[in-house]
Amino acid sequence: MGFTVKELEKGVAVVRVEGRLNMTTAGGLRDLVASAVAEGNVRVVVDLAAVEFIDSSGLGALINGLKTARQAGGDLRIASPNDQVKLVLSLTNVEKVLPPYESVDVAYAND
Amino acid sequence: MYTGVGMSDGRNARDGAVRGTAHLVILRLVVVVTVILGVDYLAWRWFFSLNWDAWWIAVPLVLAETYSLVDVALFGLTMWRSRSRPAAAPAQQGLTVDVFITTYDESVDLVMNTARAARDIRYPHSTWILDDGARNEMAAAAAQLGVGYVTRGAAWDDRPLHAKAGNLNNALMSTEGEFLLVLDADQVPDPRILDRTLGYFADEKVALVKTPQLFGNVSPGDPLGSQAPLFYGPIQQGKDGWNSAFFCGSNAILRREALMNLGITGYVTEVERAVIAALRGARRVLKRAAKTVPNDNEVMRQALVEVSAAVEAARAGVAANESLSAVTYTLQQRIAEVSRSMVAIDMHLLARDLVAIGEMRAHADGAWDVVTDIESTVDMLASRELSPLGAMESVQTLLRSIDVDRPDEAQPVMPLATISVTEDMATSMRLHEMGWKSVYHHETLAEGLAPESLDAMLKQRLRWAQGTMQVMIRENPLVQRRLSVAQRLMYFSTMWSYLSGFAAVVYFAAPIIFLCVGILPVHTTAGEFFLRFLPFMIANQLLFVVAGHGISTWRGQQFSLALFPIWIKATTSAIANVFFGRPLPFIVTPKNRGDIGPQWRLIVPQIVVACVLVLAAAVGVVRLVSGIGEPVGTVVNLVWVAFDLLILSVLVQAARYRGYNS
Repeated sequence: MGFTVKELEKGVAVVRVEGRLNMTTAGGLRDLVASAVAEGNVRVVVDLAAVEFIDSSGLGALINGLKTARQAGGDLRIASPNDQVKLVLSLTNVEKVLPPYESVDVAYAND
Repeated sequence: MYTGVGMSDGRNARDGAVRGTAHLVILRLVVVVTVILGVDYLAWRWFFSLNWDAWWIAVPLVLAETYSLVDVALFGLTMWRSRSRPAAAPAQQGLTVDVFITTYDESVDLVMNTARAARDIRYPHSTWILDDGARNEMAAAAAQLGVGYVTRGAAWDDRPLHAKAGNLNNALMSTEGEFLLVLDADQVPDPRILDRTLGYFADEKVALVKTPQLFGNVSPGDPLGSQAPLFYGPIQQGKDGWNSAFFCGSNAILRREALMNLGITGYVTEVERAVIAALRGARRVLKRAAKTVPNDNEVMRQALVEVSAAVEAARAGVAANESLSAVTYTLQQRIAEVSRSMVAIDMHLLARDLVAIGEMRAHADGAWDVVTDIESTVDMLASRELSPLGAMESVQTLLRSIDVDRPDEAQPVMPLATISVTEDMATSMRLHEMGWKSVYHHETLAEGLAPESLDAMLKQRLRWAQGTMQVMIRENPLVQRRLSVAQRLMYFSTMWSYLSGFAAVVYFAAPIIFLCVGILPVHTTAGEFFLRFLPFMIANQLLFVVAGHGISTWRGQQFSLALFPIWIKATTSAIANVFFGRPLPFIVTPKNRGDIGPQWRLIVPQIVVACVLVLAAAVGVVRLVSGIGEPVGTVVNLVWVAFDLLILSVLVQAARYRGYNS
């Protein structure tokens, strides 16, 4: 399990998550998004390409990050989930609030 | 959690636990007989013996009797599957568990006593004190003991705290165990509590394991009716049989995934509801706001026109099924732009003046650099709080609410239900709706402290009753489509039992009316009445004896009628809260005894009723002796008065109770 953050362009941070995004790792993601936003990168993309599995706590961390980003006037978007993650997003209806983007590059293509 | 028949004198929770198949067969037989006799009696009461001439008492009485029949039938349904579970498989090793001790104003000593026992639970775990009182001395004591300490963060400032549910929700975000054991501050756990219960979670659909709540500080005879051996025994076992055993605040082990799952789906539902409602109300608010803008404020008028256009676009987006995220993001960005351009216009007008002034002053002092900072000043002034749109509070609030971050709540995800002051029942019901299972484990694995004064006991019962009625009104279990019919009835049964206050009033009034003025609500002969009534009454009592299996249910029956003012107040205040927005404070049950001496003033209505009953009996005897009173009716009603007084007598020892000391 690990996180990497890189700045895509001014104001957009890409957080790449690897492994399982669950109750043990959710806190780390939450803190990471909070610090990215605090540093002024209010637009965040969470790259889920390397996430094998997500549970409700993982979803909770994403929603929490969304709140943090929105409160700073930005946004949090998710990109490249695998099939398990897509299924969870759809079963919980979270896709209504966090629709998955094809890739990191297109997440903010229209804004 | 109290139910009408759930309280009795203090016995151990293991009493009545081991009941075999033969017992269940007899129990079911008695249930069937009771319900048949009850239906027969009530049919006769409604269609053949109702004294319509005295409808004003006859109809309430028959309604109260119908209420009681429904109550008994629901109790019978609960008992239908009431049996002991086979022991759980041994706990799997390597699970992660958080033990939460919730406190608000209990003393440090009391909490530490529980925390010490919690720390010493055998199965590996982390212990946390969830201190809603945010007390420094509690934090220090926790550190000294080597257990975790959690309080609310700044996000909760100026936002609804949601009492205990909020306290738990807050802690869920900063801990990570797969399972959590929730303990009230006074519930001292047994070291085996996790070993004995975690095994049930081998079934991945199990979300909740509930163990009994018992109290160690109860005097012989349980004068305040604190122990609930029928509830934490046959009733929860019966509910368990229908997969509806529920969480009652403490001594339960929960699966984090289930709670988070509940929080996530609740979040999406809530956001969707809030955004759609805000968009719907937006037109009206914006129109009203437009009227208040002075004619010469062209900037503000233009801004409102643009905001309205953005709101209309958002409405269209939602109607076209676009994602809420995209719709709200576009809207919020559009609003930010409008704010920014308003400020920019203002600032440029101001800047033009400043430049002019600057030029004038330049000749005198030299440097003048306000203008160069205009861009950053605009950004600052256009932020949400300082924007000119912010001056119009209604518009600002409305626009802020059209977002997916639940700005009105401290946390977007609220795993424990916050719709009621009894968060436990509402949460269990939602878990069951989502297809999760619950288990009732009938073994005493924690011992707590019951209220030690009538005052504290009444406050506790009032809160339980209010919370239950809140859930009943807000999320009536009968119409929850994802619950099975039996589950709906199990939840409804607990709620129904709290309506007993209204029936009690009628049961007190009917004999008083007969004895004083001779009006009989039942139109029949004595023989016919006894033939219909007695078999039902006897079967009814037999049902309680068989169901209790050695547990006395009499104390519970007494309190369910004697506390009628509490039940009535709970119902009316819950209605006032849900429909008229009156606040319903979360009452923390006082753990220590307050004042000394009998607390008669707390039971004035019951004292008045008792006096009137005695007077009515005297009047009835006088009327009988002087030949006015009808003999059989008088005797029946005198027996009835005696029964009512016996019910109310439970309060004498309760009011005189001076607390537990041994």
